[in-house]
Amino acid sequence: MSEVLVITSGKGGVGKTTTCANIGTGLAKMGFKVCMIDTDIGLRNLDVVMGLENRIVYNLVDVVEGNCRVKQALIRDKRHSNLYLMPCAQTRDKTSVNPEQMVKLIRHLRDIFDYIILDCPAGIEQGFQNAVAGADRAIVVTTPEVSAIRDADRIIGLLEAREFEKIELVINRMRSDMVKRGDMMSATDVMDILSVPLIGVVPDDENVVISTNQGEPLVGSNTPAGKAYQNISDRVAGKDIPLTAEIGQLSFWTKISGIFHKN
Amino acid sequence: MLRNMKLRNLFRRKSSREIARDRLKILLISDRVNCSAETLEMIKHDIAKVISKYMKIDTNSMEIQISKTGTHSRGNANPVLNANIPILDINK
Repeated sequence: MSEVLVITSGKGGVGKTTTCANIGTGLAKMGFKVCMIDTDIGLRNLDVVMGLENRIVYNLVDVVEGNCRVKQALIRDKRHSNLYLMPCAQTRDKTSVNPEQMVKLIRHLRDIFDYIILDCPAGIEQGFQNAVAGADRAIVVTTPEVSAIRDADRIIGLLEAREFEKIELVINRMRSDMVKRGDMMSATDVMDILSVPLIGVVPDDENVVISTNQGEPLVGSNTPAGKAYQNISDRVAGKDIPLTAEIGQLSFWTKISGIFHKN
Repeated sequence: MLRNMKLRNLFRRKSSREIARDRLKILLISDRVNCSAETLEMIKHDIAKVISKYMKIDTNSMEIQISKTGTHSRGNANPVLNANIPILDINK
């Protein structure tokens, strides 16, 4: 049975598209048949992150409007023959697609793929409604910053109202040096505030920028972010990878000074 | 040297991490119950007006806030309105 994941965040620029590209590639590396759908109509980016921008002929809007068959809009990845991308239109807006059309499209894709991953646009308007309409499971991406966490909380509330089976959290751009200095919320802090299960923590890593420049997701590579995305992909696929490495052990002194600082 | 720093840290002011955590906790309570700061201010004003009919209260230092009962369960716990109203004279 296939599974449909939506990658969402509320706030823009926290790493939804990067997370989507890496989880998609990670699952494809494990041998699953994966389809990624960019639902950010008018501001598409998943194609460039995947390095597939030159191969686009048809897109999501063409499919729902009946200008082409579903298979014609699916672009096969450069490296993995079991990984496909459905880009969206760049010259249209979010109202070109409605939630019913998305549900219908996803029902069709479920017969072909093991995993369908939807890259959700920022915001809580029509684009968000379209992206979450056909999904079973949500991954909420946030960074350890007040604005991103606030928006993530709002998104989680909306997903809960839709009775999502699974809502999991990715904390992106974590800087352990700043956490140690007391200048950034830790993964545990963010988890306590949002109270949803954590599926991974991605360190702030310059290799992410490099991999985006090259249009090749870094999941599985020997880099801090590459390893983190590998763990996330494994957990998405149901493997039991403990979170201890990500959450980190508090140092003795942090614990002691914490006792004195409680209110 | 390191130990000195740590000891000094015991008496330092709040770290930005703690400030962020505290701000978020309060912010998300009002976000989640869908109740704006203005609404809370209006409720506070009305409560003060009613109580003032019967006793003398300190309206400047009274506090009201909405919090959740129970622990971490999102959505399951009902929000609770807490009012802390110092009484200056119980027999007006």
